Amino acid sequence: MGFDFNNPFGSITELLTSLLINLGLPQPLVSVILAVVGAGILAGVTLTTAGVFNIWLERKIGARFQDRLGPNRVGPFGLFQGIADAIKLTLKEDITPTGADKVVFNVAPLLAVMSVVGLWAVVPFAPQLIGADLNVGVLYVVAIGGVGTLSVIMAGWSSNNKYALLGALRTVAMLISFEIPMVLVLLVPTMLAGSMGMVAIVNGQDVWFLLLAPVAAFVFFVSSLAEVGRTPFDLIEAESEIVAGYNIEYSGMKFGMFMVAEFFHSFTIGALFTVLFLGGWRGPGSETYPILGLVYFVAKTFFMYFIVMWIRYTFPRVRIDQMMALNWKFLTPLALVVVMATAVVDKLALSQGWPRTPVHLALNGTLVLLTLGLMQAYARALRRRVEGMRQPEAGEIAGAAVGPGS
Amino acid sequence: MIPLSWYLILAAGLFTIGLFGVLARRNAVAILMSIELMLNAVILNLVAFWRYGQPVDISGQVFAIIVFAVAASEAAVGLALILSIYRRRSTVAAEDINMLKW
Amino acid sequence: MTAMQAVFLLLGLVTFISAVMVVVSPQLIHAGLWLVLTLAGVAGLFVLLEAPFLAVVQVVIYIGAIAILIIFAIMLTRRMLRDEGRQLNSLWAGALVVTLILYAVLVFLILQEPSLAAASQPIQAESSVLLADLGRALVDVDRFILPFEVASVLLLAALIGAIYVARPMMAGEDRERQE
Repeated sequence: MGFDFNNPFGSITELLTSLLINLGLPQPLVSVILAVVGAGILAGVTLTTAGVFNIWLERKIGARFQDRLGPNRVGPFGLFQGIADAIKLTLKEDITPTGADKVVFNVAPLLAVMSVVGLWAVVPFAPQLIGADLNVGVLYVVAIGGVGTLSVIMAGWSSNNKYALLGALRTVAMLISFEIPMVLVLLVPTMLAGSMGMVAIVNGQDVWFLLLAPVAAFVFFVSSLAEVGRTPFDLIEAESEIVAGYNIEYSGMKFGMFMVAEFFHSFTIGALFTVLFLGGWRGPGSETYPILGLVYFVAKTFFMYFIVMWIRYTFPRVRIDQMMALNWKFLTPLALVVVMATAVVDKLALSQGWPRTPVHLALNGTLVLLTLGLMQAYARALRRRVEGMRQPEAGEIAGAAVGPGS
Repeated sequence: MIPLSWYLILAAGLFTIGLFGVLARRNAVAILMSIELMLNAVILNLVAFWRYGQPVDISGQVFAIIVFAVAASEAAVGLALILSIYRRRSTVAAEDINMLKW
Repeated sequence: MTAMQAVFLLLGLVTFISAVMVVVSPQLIHAGLWLVLTLAGVAGLFVLLEAPFLAVVQVVIYIGAIAILIIFAIMLTRRMLRDEGRQLNSLWAGALVVTLILYAVLVFLILQEPSLAAASQPIQAESSVLLADLGRALVDVDRFILPFEVASVLLLAALIGAIYVARPMMAGEDRERQE
């Protein structure tokens, strides 16, 4: 049978199915075996290549941001740096702290990697090139993110180390807090596309949802950055904060798994943002040549990953209380207002027959202006309060500074 | 070809295991975990009956969703109560929380 | 033995054994993690029952929120890093007898009823249609808007109640309460 380039997964499945059935295995067993093998190969191949490639990309681009060269010794342009890192981590001594809970200690990095790789099952690379077309794809993304949170608690608790536990509790508080605006805002592409399935959302983006819902895209991007633990929200892994957090007792390949999971997760949120807001695999000519959709998808995902790295090397770190204030006092109310306003306006536009894009753009513009106005008023009130407190003490401070100094 | 009785037997098993946990555990948080087991068994029962009864009538899933909401709120309030008791009495063993016993 | 039966037996076994370990584990955090495995098993069973939305909701709510909340509560309510003392109280033998008798009675009743041994009929509607119908059913005036709104109010009440009950006491309140 011919290899259909428009449906590579389907053709490979048919090929292998006929092969295994000719060997005499019953049909249901064949489908189960193929599903497991396919998932394993997809997960393994994407994880190793993309994870290793991402490490090199991260270090090279970060170096260029910082006006230096980055790794350029290990292979042409330092391309094999990721492999060198992986080999180094594998050869390191694998230390389990005394008193650590061995089973939980070993399972935590596995769960971290599993939660990230599981996200790729619902990402549509091209038409018909998707792991599993769930019609609850968006909610599945949220669910798998929750499993990653569990791995953090397991890592922090099983290390038998108070600082690891404290770091883990802080990390989990941050992760579950930022899940709320993310889940709320994920309702906006769902409403605009009329379905929770990823393929349906991509198919519904005749106009990119970034143009229809920029505020929702912004909230989703910021919450995803916090979910991954990327700067400016990376206090969970910074060395100056609680001695580097929940994974300090991990060494060798287990730490490597945490690291790969984190790099891969940032790449994954680039992919999710592309699917949800940037039109996925859609572009000029992707209807006639579906495999071109894969090229568009990869290009858009790498562009989003570049923006994530750009933000990392530009912004300073945020404190934990500033982060919580950002989430509960800014992102969550904004997400609620965006969801409600988009729902009302979309229904109105549909019933009155108004064109969709200008109406939604106008709505988002209004929301942005309102938010900026509110933030300005809040900042003004705060400044007034601080200056009001400072006035009576100015004379005393000046007198105290002059006295002992002279 | 899975008969409905298999799902019901499994759900009954989960329910009785949760019941044993509620009756026999000392720690209050463990009792709460067993209650969550029982609620899960109930939801499993509901969804099995939905599927094997009238799957086009979506009321079974709606019922299950309402039970999810109730379970979540009950877990939240129960754990808040346990934390409050721990702050007061420094213990969460169910047999030590007996001031209302005559 | 069809593939579906094999998958059901595997998932059922995992769920059952994890549930037993929840109730029997000497260390409480292990019990919490076994609970997570039980909840994941039940989510798998929902997928087998062709209710994917409920499976994902189970993972989001139970594993992603309730299980994490329980693990937090376990960590916050112990005095040292280790669990101590017996985990089962003095009535455990009687409880075991009662639960075994109850399980035997339930299994007997289930096996008695002949209509429960039937296989499932294929669903006459597509799953996306069912999902859309679920959404509509929750807000339809003739169907389930009232339980939906009551559940929302219940969640709000639970939220406020939990925050109030678990609030650390301010210094003044502590003195007031002791007078």
